[in-house]
Amino acid sequence: MSLVGELTDGLRGFVTAVGSVTVFLGRILGQTPRAFARPGLIIDQIYNAGALSLIIIMICGLFVGLVLALQSYQLLERFGSEDALGTGAALALLKELGPVVTALLFAGRAGTALASEIGLMRATDQLTAMEMMAVDPIRRVVTPRFIGGVVAMPLLAMIFIAIGIFGAAFEGVQLLSVDSASFWSQMRSAVDVKDVMEGLIKGCVFGAACSLIAVYEGFNAIPTAEGVGRATTRTVVISAVLTLILDYMLTAVMLATRS
Amino acid sequence: MRSTRAVDISTGSFVLLGFAALFFLATQITNRELSVGGNSYDVEAQFENIGSLKVGAAVSMAGVTVGRVESIAYDQELYKAVVHMRINSLFDRLPKDSDASIMTAGLLGGQYVGITAGGSEDYLKSGDRIEFVQDALILEVLINQLVANLGGSKDEPASKDDQSSTTEAGK
Amino acid sequence: MSNNENMPAQQPRPAGDNIVEIHDVHYSVGGRAIFSGLSLSIPRGRITAIMGPSGTGKTTLMRLITGQIKPDQGRVVFDGLDVPNLKRRELYAARRRMGMLFQNGALLTDMDVFENVAFPLREHTRLPEALIRNIVLTKLQAVGLRGAARLMPAELSGGMARRVALARAMATDPEVLIYDEPFTGLDPISMGMIVRLVRQMNYALGITSIVVSHDVEELAILADTSYIISGGKVVAAGSFLELKDHDSEIVNQFINGLADGPVPFHYPAGDYYEQLLAGTV
Repeated sequence: MSLVGELTDGLRGFVTAVGSVTVFLGRILGQTPRAFARPGLIIDQIYNAGALSLIIIMICGLFVGLVLALQSYQLLERFGSEDALGTGAALALLKELGPVVTALLFAGRAGTALASEIGLMRATDQLTAMEMMAVDPIRRVVTPRFIGGVVAMPLLAMIFIAIGIFGAAFEGVQLLSVDSASFWSQMRSAVDVKDVMEGLIKGCVFGAACSLIAVYEGFNAIPTAEGVGRATTRTVVISAVLTLILDYMLTAVMLATRS
Repeated sequence: MRSTRAVDISTGSFVLLGFAALFFLATQITNRELSVGGNSYDVEAQFENIGSLKVGAAVSMAGVTVGRVESIAYDQELYKAVVHMRINSLFDRLPKDSDASIMTAGLLGGQYVGITAGGSEDYLKSGDRIEFVQDALILEVLINQLVANLGGSKDEPASKDDQSSTTEAGK
Repeated sequence: MSNNENMPAQQPRPAGDNIVEIHDVHYSVGGRAIFSGLSLSIPRGRITAIMGPSGTGKTTLMRLITGQIKPDQGRVVFDGLDVPNLKRRELYAARRRMGMLFQNGALLTDMDVFENVAFPLREHTRLPEALIRNIVLTKLQAVGLRGAARLMPAELSGGMARRVALARAMATDPEVLIYDEPFTGLDPISMGMIVRLVRQMNYALGITSIVVSHDVEELAILADTSYIISGGKVVAAGSFLELKDHDSEIVNQFINGLADGPVPFHYPAGDYYEQLLAGTV
């Protein structure tokens, strides 16, 4: 097939996919009120997506904070601005590293778990059985998982950032002999509640995106072992790419509307 | 449904931890010294050039933040920037002849309004204007001045020796 | 119910109407015609078997009856309702009157046996917990698994899983039970249990049973009426004895389990000697 032919096919495929995902999201949101009638399910899913990811998020947050401090210090030392370490670390974590890295980790841990769980239910006819029993599988299985992801992700991002800042503080103050008082005070004077809000908004948006992709891939997986595996892989890849693209778009919008 | 007690507790702890982190971030690392919602009064100053001063910038005396820049407008009659500042009522003894200048925080920091106290016994009240101002230092203006000075200082000895050197220095 | 081991004796029942009717249904997937002019009726209150060689679309037929897919042409009628054109809510209401037993049980893996059977009750009714508990235990007792109520699906054998699935399908007391290959992959003992249960459900409760299978021997004992589907159409219908002596070759091959016949043994290939001599595949 010619290159143009392939491109148009690819484009059409892409547009179709975007359409299906949007329709799917519509169905999920439509079932949300009824899903809240079963808070137990939602709590289970917040646990799955959030509490179980806590350790990995905390460890990674710590190390990102440590290395960020180390790297920034090298750079700032050249300008004699070591005291700005606190500011640099806090802003970088809050606005970019926190939400993005957390989203990537989330996609890897919780996203794959979601996709493979739902994919497996598809492959073993459990979803079909539910439809046969006149239970909407979207309401029972998909929506609680989606809500769980959307709630868990921003919280994870905040925890990541907080631990990261402490990690940076530890590295800076204890190991690099940056003055503790200036570390924190410079940070305080440079960081705004708006910055925190930006991080939170990004966390929410990434959470929605990654959760949506995970449940979509799982729900539409080909009902074989191979199909489930492929759905899991696609979840991670697409989540990662989408997160980074959204990150750029959100950052641009936020900068434009800042003042 | 496997919503056991353990799951509930873990989830609850997780959610609380998340909110604690958010709370920490919002309060401990941001500067929230001034939500001058409480008691405050309005003071105005007019500048030829405010540099990159922004609304919300700090107003400080002796390095301590006493207020915020509330609004910045351009007055077409006066051809000046009119800056309204909101000062915390705790600081009600600012002498009328105080000096407001636009300073830069640190090497790369943002600009803020620094007020140096004057000697008057009368204090600023709501709606008053600070008469003595110092505009922001604009880098280009500084360079031009520096270059002009360099050219000027070389002028006198040069004029004794050679006329052409002035033109060189003047470049 | 008489002796546990023997089948309850055949009892004469009044000829009822047909609870499910399929009229001249055509259905294709990806250019391949699965059904071309399929017509059959499922009499109310009887056990009807649907048989045929692998790949003739028996699962597709079940999907048509339950409204999961729509035919390209023709009518699918359930108790007077035109299934393909029902709105979602009406479709779900119709589905509640049908129970379906999947080939592998399809139990929800994150719940135990009790919760699985209780699932349709919890989803569709507002019955108090005590009543649900009684219903679930009764259904489990009927399939002989009341003692397994707290096991997880992963801990069940194939036969047990299928019995639990039957209990679940029975939970809302449906009018029709559809069994998708209920005997496949079971040892003779489990198979005997399932056969007995299918009979019991039908006789004791008057439930219409549609059994899709290709286990000729089991169906011989079980079915009141049988249909054999091949090539997208019904090729034979009637009681088992009628089918055994049927003229059609395909029916003969199927019923008697002949290796070769209208469904050929050899996958289409070129000439044997030529290929050997040529030395390539």
